[in-house]
Amino acid sequence: MNKADLLNTKQMAEFASNGFIRFDDVLPLDLCAEIKAIFDANSAAGRGPMGSPLSGIWPEDSPMYRMIYQPRVRGMIESLVGPDSRYDHHAVHKTPGGKLEAQGLHADAEIDVREDAFDIQLSIFVHDTPLEMGGTRFLPGSHFRRVHESQVGRYQHVKGMYQVVCKAGTVVAWHHNLWHGAQPNFTDEMRYMFKLRLNPTVKQQLLWNTDDLDDAGVNGILFHGQPWYGQENRIEQFNRIRLWRFLTNNPTFDTALWYGRVENEPQ
Amino acid sequence: MKRQQLLFLYLGNSAPDSSAIGWSIYDGTGKEKPPTAVDSPPPYDSVLAAMLDGWRVIQVPTLKPDLQGQEYHTDYLTFEYVLERLEDCDE
Repeated sequence: MNKADLLNTKQMAEFASNGFIRFDDVLPLDLCAEIKAIFDANSAAGRGPMGSPLSGIWPEDSPMYRMIYQPRVRGMIESLVGPDSRYDHHAVHKTPGGKLEAQGLHADAEIDVREDAFDIQLSIFVHDTPLEMGGTRFLPGSHFRRVHESQVGRYQHVKGMYQVVCKAGTVVAWHHNLWHGAQPNFTDEMRYMFKLRLNPTVKQQLLWNTDDLDDAGVNGILFHGQPWYGQENRIEQFNRIRLWRFLTNNPTFDTALWYGRVENEPQ
Repeated sequence: MKRQQLLFLYLGNSAPDSSAIGWSIYDGTGKEKPPTAVDSPPPYDSVLAAMLDGWRVIQVPTLKPDLQGQEYHTDYLTFEYVLERLEDCDE
């Protein structure tokens, strides 16, 4: 794996803070066209069951494999869930043109009680997705919230909601707990979004390019907060400290004594 | 004929005059559908502002201590107010 294709520490901090990271121009347009044809033909199925190594799901010479093993996509995957990640499932999400309702906000699967380990989901956009076509909306910073799937469905608007409006070839890697939903499609064309869920098979510590581990800009990214946190902002910063301690294998990481203060119990 | 409109306002803290950080509307008259644009601003900046415009508060968030060991866990939006307004509606 080429180091340059891995995430750097600032990008990892962005993921830890927002719960997702987006990269544009990751996939070549000719490959995007090949993949879109596969989606049109409903032939994106893999050959392995859930829980299999990702490397064996699609044949190495297939466009699907080439998409996932594009160096920058592979770099995202290995930085977040390590090499030899486990295939969980995939889905080709289709939103027909003229679907005018937004999908209710939700978190995927069940309440996940893991403290530190996490799965990732890749959202891959193989055609242009302009504003009128929708794109997925994500609530930045919602990945620490333990909620039960669509029980957040009555939240129509939360300040800071982010909508993916993008060109073909864009990839978003997101924490499995992040709240999200499909936006309406006001065009008359089908919208595709390919989703791939992956599980780690190694401890998710220092898997990225750590050359900039001590960069002074990391804390600013990690603790920038969200406009919807209100007075829970401080608790959310505790969550980030805890995750960063895990990711960096540094059990004393802290900012402004936030955790150190409440851990201080002299004997 | 009167029909009920429900407005959910999510605030930054428990005070009714604190700033809205989220909102939803469900219109029992059938006249309006909620906007889908992600940057749609809340119709009011606070619950108090909505009250001044005639909305009635029918639920305020309960303040409860966190369970021991769960103090640093977060889940749903904490400060959810529910307001109603009765609007004329054709049969």
